[in-house]
Amino acid sequence: MSKIDKTTTPAAAAGLVKEGSAVMVGGFGVPGTPFILLDALLEQKTANLTLIKNEANEAGMGISRVIEAGFCRKLVTSHLGLNSKVIGMMNDGQIEVRFHPQGILAEKIRAGGAGLAGILTDIGIDTIISEGKTRVDVNGVTVMVEEALHADVALIHAAKADRMGNLVYEKTARNFNPLMATAAETVIAEVEEIVETGSISPDAIHTPGAFVDHIVEIENLTEEYGVLQSHVIQE
Amino acid sequence: MSYKNKIAKRAAAEIMPGQVINLGIGLPTLAMGYLPSDMPVMIHSENGILGMGRACRNGTEDRNLIDAGGGYPEIVTGASFFDSAASFAIIRGGRLDAAFLGTLEVSMTGDLANWIIPGKFSPGIGGGMELAQKARRLIITTTHTTRKGEPKILKECTLPLTASACVDRIITELAVMDVTDSGLVLKEVASESSVEEVVRKTGAPLMVPDENSMPSF
Repeated sequence: MSKIDKTTTPAAAAGLVKEGSAVMVGGFGVPGTPFILLDALLEQKTANLTLIKNEANEAGMGISRVIEAGFCRKLVTSHLGLNSKVIGMMNDGQIEVRFHPQGILAEKIRAGGAGLAGILTDIGIDTIISEGKTRVDVNGVTVMVEEALHADVALIHAAKADRMGNLVYEKTARNFNPLMATAAETVIAEVEEIVETGSISPDAIHTPGAFVDHIVEIENLTEEYGVLQSHVIQE
Repeated sequence: MSYKNKIAKRAAAEIMPGQVINLGIGLPTLAMGYLPSDMPVMIHSENGILGMGRACRNGTEDRNLIDAGGGYPEIVTGASFFDSAASFAIIRGGRLDAAFLGTLEVSMTGDLANWIIPGKFSPGIGGGMELAQKARRLIITTTHTTRKGEPKILKECTLPLTASACVDRIITELAVMDVTDSGLVLKEVASESSVEEVVRKTGAPLMVPDENSMPSF
């Protein structure tokens, strides 16, 4: 068992994303966004993608670059408040955007990963986001059906992996990554460090390797992974 | 003191020791600066923190540690990190004692509209609907009127709702008001303002219990 080795290259990993694929992308802001995998995806110019991500990063970074280049047809997301560029493309009809409440987006992904068809919730029931959704009564409470989300490929980021694909995340870089790791046909994790299998305590593993198909080691953390100076309080 | 700091300082006084709190983004976050440094309170951040501290300064930022608005916070003793599903389980599961949110409009019955102006402003939903609907107590921190001087506190919201009948208290630079079963009740008036000004700038009937003994802040 210890001889399983899922390591691959960014280009080979990105090659698993085909035209028209639905792609989940981890990250909440910079932490947990798989910038190296997104660079490789952008380079191969795969078009007509459906991207599923909490937000669209900020203009010129991460999935925003893929969207700005015109390779995204539809974006399933929670909030674009820090990306006026993508909001502009949405308003101009260049991309279709579907907004979900952030925690409902998380649960739709979790349901998809857990082999469930959907979830039942009252979040947004008195709002315009309830339009067109099926309502059911459960124990006297009216709730809506939110269908599960599942993708062709998930691109995620972790701090550390062993060669079997057991993953450990760091701080707020965890966010949607462990959920998306369960919810796609093919799961690709870029990691900052690959360690020998057996060197991570089984109790410390956040995502079991069975969910992860391929791992890519990041050779150099590019500038995009660093502290964003625009968000630093200057004294 | 600026009107923003006035609101933030009053909002901070709502927070009780031992509570689990979400401060929203922007103006509400200023409230953290007015909490006593030894206050045992756990601040929740949607992106997966319980036990968020103050904003980092002097180059102590960590690239893997941001708040929900992209800023770089410290963490306090006893803090924990978790994924987005667990983060919203804290909110929807009833473990959040209070949430603070800003708004575009709020109605006398506690309806909240703060996420979209159709055709003009549509950044998305984020955690707002879940915070509004499921926090045990929802406190709105907002300017009393729009930049054009029009009331934000209305009989009914005109914009699409974030959630209905969710607001418990409204704190502005002029007043503190509670949403009750019998209507909107004035609780406190800013020392710079008056009952007359608050009533005039509120777009809904406001019950004034006793004008002569109105607390100020």
